[in-house]
Amino acid sequence: MDSICDNSIPVEWSLANDTKEAFETFVKAHMKKAYFVALGMVGNHEDALELSQEAFSKAYQHRGTLNAKGKFYPWFYQILRNLCISHLRKRKHRRTLPIDMPDGQTLELPTAPGFEPDSIAERNETKDLVWKAIGSLEPKHREVIILRHFQNLSYEEMAQLLFCNKGTVTSRLYYARKRLKEVLEQEKGGQPV
Amino acid sequence: MTCRDNKDLMMAYLDGELDDTENKMLQEHLAECPQCLKELEEFKSLKLMTDNITLTEPEDQIWQRYWDNVYNRLERGMGWMLMSAAGICLGIFGGFKVIESIIVDPSVCLFLKVALLVLILGLSILLISIMRERLYFWKNDRYRHIRR
Repeated sequence: MDSICDNSIPVEWSLANDTKEAFETFVKAHMKKAYFVALGMVGNHEDALELSQEAFSKAYQHRGTLNAKGKFYPWFYQILRNLCISHLRKRKHRRTLPIDMPDGQTLELPTAPGFEPDSIAERNETKDLVWKAIGSLEPKHREVIILRHFQNLSYEEMAQLLFCNKGTVTSRLYYARKRLKEVLEQEKGGQPV
Repeated sequence: MTCRDNKDLMMAYLDGELDDTENKMLQEHLAECPQCLKELEEFKSLKLMTDNITLTEPEDQIWQRYWDNVYNRLERGMGWMLMSAAGICLGIFGGFKVIESIIVDPSVCLFLKVALLVLILGLSILLISIMRERLYFWKNDRYRHIRR
């Protein structure tokens, strides 16, 4: 597998070879990685597909802001992650927006799709529970869990993507896992994981 | 070594990121701290549960259509941009024409013409003021180079 911060493909595409064909090759090389990052962040197939495609579209529109020495994938990842976080914020807002009816009653809006269990393969009760618990984490905690467990990134690679140092990654992972453990314990009625 | 230092080492241990010296430090701490040892066992169990999850791979036809969807977005984005730019130009041009026709029309009373010009002047001052303020804040924003 190429390094997550590999520069070769994007620099060829954006600076020397800015053609539709070069961009197409680039999208096809990275689409799965982008989709699975988005799926981990937003938890359902439709939104992940939409957001990852939107991220490629935005990357193409703003390709002028990437300089030749800039690491491409961290730059693209920031676009994708910002789109996902913005989407989650809107979704949270939609979920907590009740409509007041003229007769004084409150109508609950249908909830937007969240962390759907069918996003995971070979389901069982424990996996569903863990996936749901991941979905309940704060985005910054969910992000490190996704990058570590589903993208198999090293601490060094995560630090490059998140524009922070390895210490911050380690610390964030600790609090993310601690929170995940607490959520699972609550779900299991106080039993340890 | 404190329990707080141990937290970071514990994570690195779980993820295979520890070197020999750090590993030795962690083991020494765990030998004398049952609380951290218990926490590590729980984290191991949690990691196993999380590692067992694999995400569903979409059908092949999704990947076959993926590029077409990205391309459509780019095309539509370009369409919207051109349409918006043309809309703004036409709006400005139309606005000027309407104002011009009112000003040169002898049947419109002078009071209305002056009021219209004052309105335009006021709007222009407001616009310039807002733009100047935005520019000032943008230039003096200490955090503008920081990625958010």
